[in-house]
Amino acid sequence: MTRKEARQLVRGLTFLSPWIGGFLAFTLVPIVLAFYYSLCDYSLLQSPVLIGLSNYRALMGDPIFWKSLINTLIYAAIALPAGMLVSLGLAILLNQRTLGQPLFRTILFIPSLVPTVASAMLWLWLFNTKLGLINTLLATAPMQALLGALNTVLHALHLPRIETPIGWLTDPAWALPSLAIMSLWGVGYTVVIYLAGLQDVPRSLIEAAEIDGAGAWQRLRHVTLPMLSPVIFFNLIMAIIGTLQAFAIPYIMTGGGPARATYFYTMYLYDNAFRYLKMGYACSMAWIQFLLVVLLSALAFWSSKRWVHYQGQ
Amino acid sequence: MTDPTATDSRTTTTRRTTARARRRPHPERWFAFVGLLFISIGFILPFVWMLSTSLKTLDKAMELPPHLIPHPVVVRNYATVLQRGELNFPLLTHNTLVVSILSVLGTTLSSAIAAYGFAKIRFKGRSALFGIMLATMMVPFPVLMVPLFSIFRWIGDHTPIQMLGTLRPLWIPAWFGSAFSIFLLRQFFLTIPDELSEAACLDGCSDWRIFWQIIVPLSRPALAVVALFTFLGAWNDFLGPLVYIQDRQQYTLSLGLEAFQSQHGGTEWNLLMAASVLVLLPVIVLFFLAQRTFIEGIATTGGKG
Repeated sequence: MTRKEARQLVRGLTFLSPWIGGFLAFTLVPIVLAFYYSLCDYSLLQSPVLIGLSNYRALMGDPIFWKSLINTLIYAAIALPAGMLVSLGLAILLNQRTLGQPLFRTILFIPSLVPTVASAMLWLWLFNTKLGLINTLLATAPMQALLGALNTVLHALHLPRIETPIGWLTDPAWALPSLAIMSLWGVGYTVVIYLAGLQDVPRSLIEAAEIDGAGAWQRLRHVTLPMLSPVIFFNLIMAIIGTLQAFAIPYIMTGGGPARATYFYTMYLYDNAFRYLKMGYACSMAWIQFLLVVLLSALAFWSSKRWVHYQGQ
Repeated sequence: MTDPTATDSRTTTTRRTTARARRRPHPERWFAFVGLLFISIGFILPFVWMLSTSLKTLDKAMELPPHLIPHPVVVRNYATVLQRGELNFPLLTHNTLVVSILSVLGTTLSSAIAAYGFAKIRFKGRSALFGIMLATMMVPFPVLMVPLFSIFRWIGDHTPIQMLGTLRPLWIPAWFGSAFSIFLLRQFFLTIPDELSEAACLDGCSDWRIFWQIIVPLSRPALAVVALFTFLGAWNDFLGPLVYIQDRQQYTLSLGLEAFQSQHGGTEWNLLMAASVLVLLPVIVLFFLAQRTFIEGIATTGGKG
């Protein structure tokens, strides 16, 4: 290293030092510590005692661990694609030059700003089986007619009928989908990201496709979506990380119930750590969660080579 | 576009299509309008319901079928929420503001400093460090919370600075930069030409002065975005306070509201909604004050990723 390079290194590290310090203290050391604790019997009241892989072995045989993991994955399987589709769809609608477009954009965005706890309170009230707005609206004649038609279709498909009033948060079959429906109210943030991406799609490309006779759907499928794919990819990664750590909403709204139907992975982790004081056990869950996020993100990165197109490449 | 003929053909194409577009009716725009109208009503309805319930008497709130327009209008619910001793709204607001403001100051300052290092100084290992920083964005907080808890406890046991049982664990990490903010600011700093700082500071100008006198004043919009998002994050945080705070004297709005709900849940819906509106209000006001900053800030996050 020349003297100039050394000087540059000192300059750079000086400016990065706060972040490097924070990274070590609040990210790297905790990750390593979490791994160490995961190999220990650690109840917070006593110092950790190494017990090898026992925690991991116990987890594999712990039905609640599996239940919480499966709940989280089911929730992700519903909320993630639904959120991606709805936000992309709304962004495409908002990208049309319609009357009142700025107003619509504001209205769709604002719910994503609502503080988690306030939003939980509000939806507890909306989902209330007896008094909630949603069931009240469903009880009106036009909605009943619509539900009747839906039930006929469900019956023909040998699927269970929808009985009203729906116990959104009290019926184990409905609780997870209810939370997923609720999450759609907060898509505004993602919509704005998509909207910015859509506005970056060069008009000339779309017009060229139009002249070549491409219809609205073909333009969307073969021009807009490929141009948007890096943004879709970014949102996908963010959504994976977000849904895998869902905690506050179910914790406040259902406490994991009914019958553990909404008992999420992070809730079991939290309970193990701070309710049962099984810190070592909780840390083995933390590490599995960490690996899961890394694995799913790696999977998304790997698949992205097939469907993400970067401009200028 | 260096080829003049290419530019020419493009302008004619655009002209031709705009002429065609003017003649053609736009069914998809009407479709979008009607769709957006219905969806917007759906998105607004929860707010209307929240506000309506917050202005009802308890009896009217529990009435079946419910009425959307409260009658009588009970503004007193808000006063009741503010004065309820068990909820202690002023204290909750004070605590939340302390955490939010200290987080905003810390994150903005420390992230800007780090972002300067990533954007304006060339040194060995910079891109590796940058990669590590981006990767930390993917580490979920739940993974870190148990060790962080024991680290803060250790600090409290071995140094004179108490951590657990105070608000400190909620804002101290903010003073060491957040990956998201550093990334956002770095992207912005990169757009500031180096010639500008070199020209303004011929010879012997320190990084520190370039940072304060050139970069910071030029980056106000980006700094505002970071400040805004950090504020929202701190204001909304639930898991952090839940992990670190046990004493009611240190409760934040999130914790206080949740505690109030779990004690009175399913009974005093009107008060619960009034309290929720109060928690939501500052955020909404902030949004309307800084709408452009919000929208542009979010756009940068996703677009340049």
